[in-house]
Amino acid sequence: MATQHSRSAARLMMAPAVILLLGWMLVPLSMTLYFSFKKYLPMRGGDLGWVGFDNYTRFVTSSSFWPSISATLTILGGVLAITVVLGVLLAILLDQPMWGQGVVRILVIAPFFVMPTVSALVWKNMFMDPNYGLLAYLWRFFGAEPVQWMSQASLPSIIMIVSWQWLPFSTLILLTAIQSLDSEQLEASEMDGAPILKRFWYIILPHLSRAITVVILIQTIFLLSIFAEIFVTTGGAFGTKTLSYLIFQRVLESQNVGLGSAGGVYAIILANIVAIFLMRIVGKNLDN
Amino acid sequence: MARAVSNRRRAINTALAWAVGLLIFFPILWTILTSFKTEGQAIADPPVFLFFDWTLENYAIVQERSNYMRFLMNSIIIAGGSTLLGIIVGVPAAWSMAFVPSRRTKDILMWMLSTKMLPAVGVLYPIYLLFIQLGLLDSRLGLVIVLMLINLPIIIWMLYTYFKEIPGEILEAARMDGASLGKEILYILTPMAIPGIASTILLNIILAWNEAFWTLNLTAAKAGPLTAFIASYSSPEGLFYAKLSAASTMAIAPILILGWFSQKQLVRGLTFGAVK
Repeated sequence: MATQHSRSAARLMMAPAVILLLGWMLVPLSMTLYFSFKKYLPMRGGDLGWVGFDNYTRFVTSSSFWPSISATLTILGGVLAITVVLGVLLAILLDQPMWGQGVVRILVIAPFFVMPTVSALVWKNMFMDPNYGLLAYLWRFFGAEPVQWMSQASLPSIIMIVSWQWLPFSTLILLTAIQSLDSEQLEASEMDGAPILKRFWYIILPHLSRAITVVILIQTIFLLSIFAEIFVTTGGAFGTKTLSYLIFQRVLESQNVGLGSAGGVYAIILANIVAIFLMRIVGKNLDN
Repeated sequence: MARAVSNRRRAINTALAWAVGLLIFFPILWTILTSFKTEGQAIADPPVFLFFDWTLENYAIVQERSNYMRFLMNSIIIAGGSTLLGIIVGVPAAWSMAFVPSRRTKDILMWMLSTKMLPAVGVLYPIYLLFIQLGLLDSRLGLVIVLMLINLPIIIWMLYTYFKEIPGEILEAARMDGASLGKEILYILTPMAIPGIASTILLNIILAWNEAFWTLNLTAAKAGPLTAFIASYSSPEGLFYAKLSAASTMAIAPILILGWFSQKQLVRGLTFGAVK
């Protein structure tokens, strides 16, 4: 029903957002691409000329590359497994009739609002410190030797911290999805005497599959670039150097911009592979 | 339709859910409690839970030593400023896509979403370099701009899904009655859009407040918000648990309260309408 007049007005109203986002995407991206083909050391001589794909091969052949990929995937896999499994269980629990449901929801969601630097530091010091941490006290109470969390179990520690932050997110989304489940269908199956496990497997889980996919994709995009949690805990030591942390170190700490930019291009490609799947789901939803 | 359940089952659910909820909330509770202890009590063995000499001393020390108020002001300006700018740019864009859709609207929406997927670390150096050249490094204005840009796709998407729910017939009726575009927006759309805009603002303040990549990498002493303030506690000297807790409590309290109001919008905002 739109008239020609309102169409051009609409275009005008969209322009600032489109131009800003276009600039935000194109300018830094083309600069990263440009630097990735250069030997560029701001502190040691600056621009030292074109080097072709040298940075790309050097980035993947450096001894820290494969460990960084493995650290990234370990954290990603660990956090996803924990948040999805516990998230489904928690969502089902929170969906049950109970007293004080609203308050419990608030308690469960709270960690999501804690800024990453706070949660990382609180966990690192007040819970995981081998001398004064609460977990060390708990271990001693049961007669066990306290764990040196950040050095001996660095990856599990980070997985624990990040899972604590993201569990509210998956729970909340899965709970929203469960609540849209047709309760009559569940009741019918209950009356037919279907056991709990069967009901879970054949009715609840299939209904949640889409929400679970969305949770996995969105978390993957955020988790591939976790930064603060590593920055304030191990600083990339003890095998916790993820791909994005490695790039950060190359670019800002050792000021090897060419090499870091090549790494950045890899990270962008990796994120885009995940993004394509997410966009497909979101796009389908737009059509309805 | 509420399912009829026995009180016994309800009691079991309640006990289980509260136990899990308290367990998840415990680190936050522990931080808040520790912030009121002395440093000695904070590392007492066995740990003291409630029966200690409550003190506000840590809050005073934190404020005095690290100028908490300045970081707080930076957080407020950066989170508030970037959200406000984002809304100013986002409302017209979302409005036009929701009410005057064209063949390309879907593509534009998807493209906007794709800019959100760009990993920050991939463009860290270019932004860093541009900031140096434009004199924006360690400035609040710089962070306002960057955070506005990274959250703009979420703002537009959220607003779009809210605006979509406003029935188009109302607009057509207004047009028939001869309302101009300006009047249409001011008198008909705005009142219906305000709840959606408010939720969008809320969620984006939270996201900007907690953003911890750009705020850590693009600031130093001057423009650092609370994320940077807390990060400065990562290499402590001496006894500091109670002070760390006080600083943490002050950093998360405002957003925790805002967050509890925005739980519903969270799902909409962060799944881009894929889960309803």
